[in-house]
Amino acid sequence: MPMTDSWQTAEIPGPKKASLIIKPDIADAMIRRARRPIMVVGHGILEYEVEGRKLIDCLIELSRRGKIPVVATASTNQEFLNRGFSPSALMPAVDLANRLTDARWNGLDGKDSYDLAIFVGLPYYMEWTILSGLKHFAPHVKTMTLDCVYQPNASWSFPNSSIKDWAANLTCIVANLGD
Amino acid sequence: MSRKGVNIKIKELNSDIAQLRDISLTIGAINNDTWDEPMGPTPFPSLTTLRNWDLTLLNRYKPFYLPFCDLCCLCTYGKCDLSGTKRGACGISMPAQQSRTVLITACIGASTHCGHARHLLDHLIEKYGGDFLINVGDTGVEVEAPVIRLVCGIKPVTLSDLEPVLDYCENQITQLLAVTHTGQEGYQLDFESKVLHAGMIDQLGMEVADIAQISALGFPKADPESSLADLGLGTVDTGKPVILVIGHNVPPSTEIIDYLQKKSLTSDVEVTGICCTALDITRYSSKAKIIGPISWQLRYIRSGIPDVVVIDEQCVRADTLQESAHIRAPLIATSEKNCLGLPDRTDDPVDEIVHDFITGKQTGALILDPVKVGEVAVRTSIGIAPLRKKHKTLPKDTDAIIALAKKCTQCVLCRRACPNDLPLPAAIKAAAQGNLSGLDEIYDDCLGCGRCEPPCAQKIPIHSLIVAAAGKKTRDETYCIRTGRGAIQDVEIRKVGGPIVLGEIPGIVAFVGCANYPKGSREVAEMCMEFAKRRYIVCTSGCSAMSAGMYRNEDGKTAYEQYSGHFEAGGIVNVGSCVSNAHIAGAAIKIASIFAKRPLRGNYEEIADYVYNRVGAVGVAWGAMSQKAAAIAAGFWRLGIPVVVGPHGTKYRRMLLGRSDKEEDWYVYDARTGKKVYGGPVPEHLFFAAETKEEAMVMIAKLTMRPNDTSKGRANKLANYIDLHKRLVGGIPPDVHLFVRTLSDVPLTMKDEIVTHLHDHSWKENPIPDPTLLKRMIHKEKEG
Ligand code: SF4
Ligand code: SF4
Ligand code: SF4
Repeated sequence: MPMTDSWQTAEIPGPKKASLIIKPDIADAMIRRARRPIMVVGHGILEYEVEGRKLIDCLIELSRRGKIPVVATASTNQEFLNRGFSPSALMPAVDLANRLTDARWNGLDGKDSYDLAIFVGLPYYMEWTILSGLKHFAPHVKTMTLDCVYQPNASWSFPNSSIKDWAANLTCIVANLGD
Repeated sequence: MSRKGVNIKIKELNSDIAQLRDISLTIGAINNDTWDEPMGPTPFPSLTTLRNWDLTLLNRYKPFYLPFCDLCCLCTYGKCDLSGTKRGACGISMPAQQSRTVLITACIGASTHCGHARHLLDHLIEKYGGDFLINVGDTGVEVEAPVIRLVCGIKPVTLSDLEPVLDYCENQITQLLAVTHTGQEGYQLDFESKVLHAGMIDQLGMEVADIAQISALGFPKADPESSLADLGLGTVDTGKPVILVIGHNVPPSTEIIDYLQKKSLTSDVEVTGICCTALDITRYSSKAKIIGPISWQLRYIRSGIPDVVVIDEQCVRADTLQESAHIRAPLIATSEKNCLGLPDRTDDPVDEIVHDFITGKQTGALILDPVKVGEVAVRTSIGIAPLRKKHKTLPKDTDAIIALAKKCTQCVLCRRACPNDLPLPAAIKAAAQGNLSGLDEIYDDCLGCGRCEPPCAQKIPIHSLIVAAAGKKTRDETYCIRTGRGAIQDVEIRKVGGPIVLGEIPGIVAFVGCANYPKGSREVAEMCMEFAKRRYIVCTSGCSAMSAGMYRNEDGKTAYEQYSGHFEAGGIVNVGSCVSNAHIAGAAIKIASIFAKRPLRGNYEEIADYVYNRVGAVGVAWGAMSQKAAAIAAGFWRLGIPVVVGPHGTKYRRMLLGRSDKEEDWYVYDARTGKKVYGGPVPEHLFFAAETKEEAMVMIAKLTMRPNDTSKGRANKLANYIDLHKRLVGGIPPDVHLFVRTLSDVPLTMKDEIVTHLHDHSWKENPIPDPTLLKRMIHKEKEG
């Protein structure tokens, strides 16, 4: 399937579509360049494994290495707590995204607005609509998704990938951040 | 104001919002001499009458837009790219375009309910006469039509009195739809205000439809102990001829029941239903059986069990004719709104139609006379059953499933077409190797939409594979449901009004609407039982009412067997079909008018302000799919009742979200002093999509809080919120300090941990106001 087809076939957005993260370096550059990144983690991450370990462990490492605060949605928090990791905030995805559209919102810590929002693990169609909201109404925030499928409404997205390729890319992104 | 059949004369109008005197009102033949309540300020409101109220709500709960497409294609200037800050050729912006789409959706919903109400009312007046008395509850219900009394300021007595209500609705829907034309409204919040207006009109339409059918067709009349009806595919006696009815307009189905009775055939033929016609037919005869929500259409027809399929209107699959032809079951279309290209045989002799069906000369017909439908359906089912022998299109056994699964090339197109992104290719691969467990598991989460099948180049009937693999499960679907009781009694309202407003009953949670669930029906049943166990009042209606019954607890009991049908703490109250939703709004309105004695007549704003600030009600449309569901939600919003939807609900194109972090958004008037005081972020949102059942449950508990809660009540609501959060999310809710006004709000058993949290968040005490959003209520309260 073409790399920039929506994963759910009919979820076609219109002219403005996400750029592809073809190489891990692209994501790394985005994260490094970001002044204030934030990562929104949905309950879907519990399904996936990345090269023999759970996706959630990979994301915890990403958060630590990249100093990216984590917002856990739904009941994802339980799994983080089980691993001794406390997310920076527990908040529904629509609530967080709504705040991101407010350029004057000073973030969870009241210090400054975010300029990069990373999404992973929401139901595909829900992440799709939320990223659409941000695409149109949060021009000050770049968005990126780390899911293994193409999300056309993000600023940056992986193409639809095999789990193997995606896992390798993700592992590489995390590893590079430690440099 | 004057409209057909309604005359309102006002001698003096001296407006703050409005002070009216000496109003004489005539409705059709009757006038409301028997109703001595003075007319309120806003009878028969126009598009802008309640605009200030709407904007007050909308400025607190601003739309968060989630465009479903970057484009607009509504006129030939387009397509226009509206992404970002671009504007269309007509000058419209993306926010306005999204709100316009929501308005179109709400208009479709409202017109569907009102169109249904009109069709039903015409039929009932023709059959029973316009003077037939409205009776929705023999002794217990004096306020028979709370929504009509509130919005229109009239008190209907007979079926004919409902006609001017529909005249008004039809007029308003026409005006509302006109607003969506290119080059009309340009500002998003004005579109949104009209969305709320459409929602209110929708509530009227639903109320008209349900009180008319309750009265004329003898449905349960506000009966908390209405009988239990069979629910589930496994309850059908497949040894008998079986009729399937689908849709929302019940008269053709009642005629089937009547014909069976007249011919003493009641125990010889099974009458089964899907969607709201099913709910309403069990309100007419508890012998009828409900198969399940809208999503059971394909699986039940393909099972070959129905011998005749009778469809009326709304939520009927557009391919029902093809599907029923495949199982050789004739289809009878009965509604002008849904003719499916069939020949109109309304005026043909019954014998001929039945003959043509049984001999296979015709696969379907349009019959617009409900009485004739009754006879044709019954006689055809009896005649054709021995010939078609329950011919089905599902794979006949495990070998057939495996053989079909073996054709799969793992192209993944089925999964990519599936709304719930279900792991079909893996399950089919396993099935090809003889392991059906994956398909069997998918059955639980499958919406029955069939969208997986057309993309399959191998022509594998994927949905049929799922249903066949889950054969044992479908046979075990033997549940029960309390038949729709209709209205809530005035006496029940008197009993619970105080505990609800004071917060001793933590809230009313209404599970309503369609079955576009992210993870199957069971989640609705689980949520209902959890909130009933916590002593909330739980209401159900429509497909959600069925889902609530489709699960048994450890003791083998369904929700309806375990919990009472009374409108009381810990009750699970099935009001009925989609149109019965009006009774849930009606209950909230009656709390304001009967318990709190607020004037009801034509007094929308004050009642909505009361409900919003004091009645901890929340609507949950976990599988909201339709335009009607959107209109129903909008009706709740205007009354100040928040609505939670499932993740698919984000496709309604915008949420209405509060910002609990913005203190300035949450000021209310204290009616005692007239001062603006901080009332706290309650309820936090007006329209919210939850990602999972767990997130929804925590949010529901949170959204029942109101600024007026007493400390005892707030402590009770907080105890539920905190407990659910701890269990489902983990830990104390990080925002709990926002909901504690004084230390007496803190639940006793959680005192230490909460006080520590308050300390860490520089919490400060706030007084509990006598809250209102309406400036004019300050004056009134002082007087009172
Ligand atoms: S209605 Fe306006 S935005 Fe839509 S297609 Fe026409 S000109 Fe373009
Ligand atoms: S029928 Fe079921 S499996 Fe097929 S697309 Fe619909 S929800 Fe998915
Ligand atoms: S679409 Fe058909 S061939 Fe492709 S994976 Fe699905 S079942 Fe297999």
